[in-house]
Amino acid sequence: MAVQNVDPKVWNGLFWVIQLFICINAVAKSFLQESRGRMLYFYSIASPVHFILAKLLFNSLLILVMAALSLLLFALFLGNPVTQTWNFVGLVFLGGWSLSLVFTFLAAIAAKAQQNAAIMAVLGFPLIIPQLLLLMQLSNSVFREGMSVHLESVLLLVALDLMIILLSVILFPFLWKD
Amino acid sequence: MAFPLFLLRFKRRDFSMNKSWWKVLTVALLLYACIGGFLLPVPALPALQETIRNLYFHVCMWFGMMILFTISLVHSIRYLRTFDLKYDIYARQYAIVGILFGVLGYATGIIWMSYTWADPNNPAFESFGALAREPKLIGAAIALLIYFAYLVLRDSIGDLDKKARISAVYNIFAYAMLFPSIWILPRLLPSLHPGGEGNPALNFSDIDADMRMVFYPAVLGWTLLGVWITTLSIRIRLLQEKKMLPI
Repeated sequence: MAVQNVDPKVWNGLFWVIQLFICINAVAKSFLQESRGRMLYFYSIASPVHFILAKLLFNSLLILVMAALSLLLFALFLGNPVTQTWNFVGLVFLGGWSLSLVFTFLAAIAAKAQQNAAIMAVLGFPLIIPQLLLLMQLSNSVFREGMSVHLESVLLLVALDLMIILLSVILFPFLWKD
Repeated sequence: MAFPLFLLRFKRRDFSMNKSWWKVLTVALLLYACIGGFLLPVPALPALQETIRNLYFHVCMWFGMMILFTISLVHSIRYLRTFDLKYDIYARQYAIVGILFGVLGYATGIIWMSYTWADPNNPAFESFGALAREPKLIGAAIALLIYFAYLVLRDSIGDLDKKARISAVYNIFAYAMLFPSIWILPRLLPSLHPGGEGNPALNFSDIDADMRMVFYPAVLGWTLLGVWITTLSIRIRLLQEKKMLPI
């Protein structure tokens, strides 16, 4: 295994792009592989709010695990330019969580529309750009010693995530009726 | 600041598509905006000089786009509350004309840019890299991509009721995510546009009194033109859809 040291900005950019792809694939799998029979079963036993909250929670945990794994692999293969490790790990978890929330709801929409994973990527890409830009900028600041993380940006991300959860809970019942 | 609230009143009461008073108003406002825009005096700013007149076109296009997308959102919400398919058609058409205004906004921006940011002889000249990183350009691109995705989503579903429901849900979700993004992006990237913090065009102290006289009527005029175009396309679409529905 060749451990090459990559320029931090490249490492950062690459990491977040890979995170994005991981998230799309993982979340797409979790929603789109439900067969019609199973969906009917869920429809009869659970309320839509419970269902979407369960999906959001599950996908968040899944992406947290994936993010930790990918961080490990990145450090293994591309060297580790991260200086403020715990800040970066926190940021990775926050970023993964944000991505998983958006893509879970979009997977719910895509599941109703011909079960196509490609449509989820098409719908999701413009929505996720500002969050990715924010995460990249935040994580750039943890590569240099002594620079503190912009607390208000982190709070902004958290607020955005809470809004997404709220919207998902309000809007999912309309998707539920089949 | 009361201006957008004024427009809300018109959205609630269904705009009578067949009445003509507001169409006459549109033509009058646009004539005033175009003629006054070119003849009335403007403040002479360094590097911008007379190109500042593009404000009456370029900025109005973006305002018009956002207002039309907002109206589309309102109709999506109305659809989800009443399940009346006509609101779905309204939402779609407003989104389409909103996209049109967005493209026009880009076009007017390109024209303006060719005299300022892209002109090597102008003191405001910027490299291509700096232009590509301009947050307002990226924000506008995101808005257009979102609504293109909305149209793609609509086309991928066959059943009319399902299409209406799913696209209404996406419209609401995407709109709610669009606004924070437009607000977040300028904080992340250095901007070439004037008025770095906040909303310069709505801030009374930031726009010259001379320009204000033409600008506000121009916004109203261009928006009403957008609504007029949309009502026409809605009427065409309703006739087309009636042929398809088994009524």
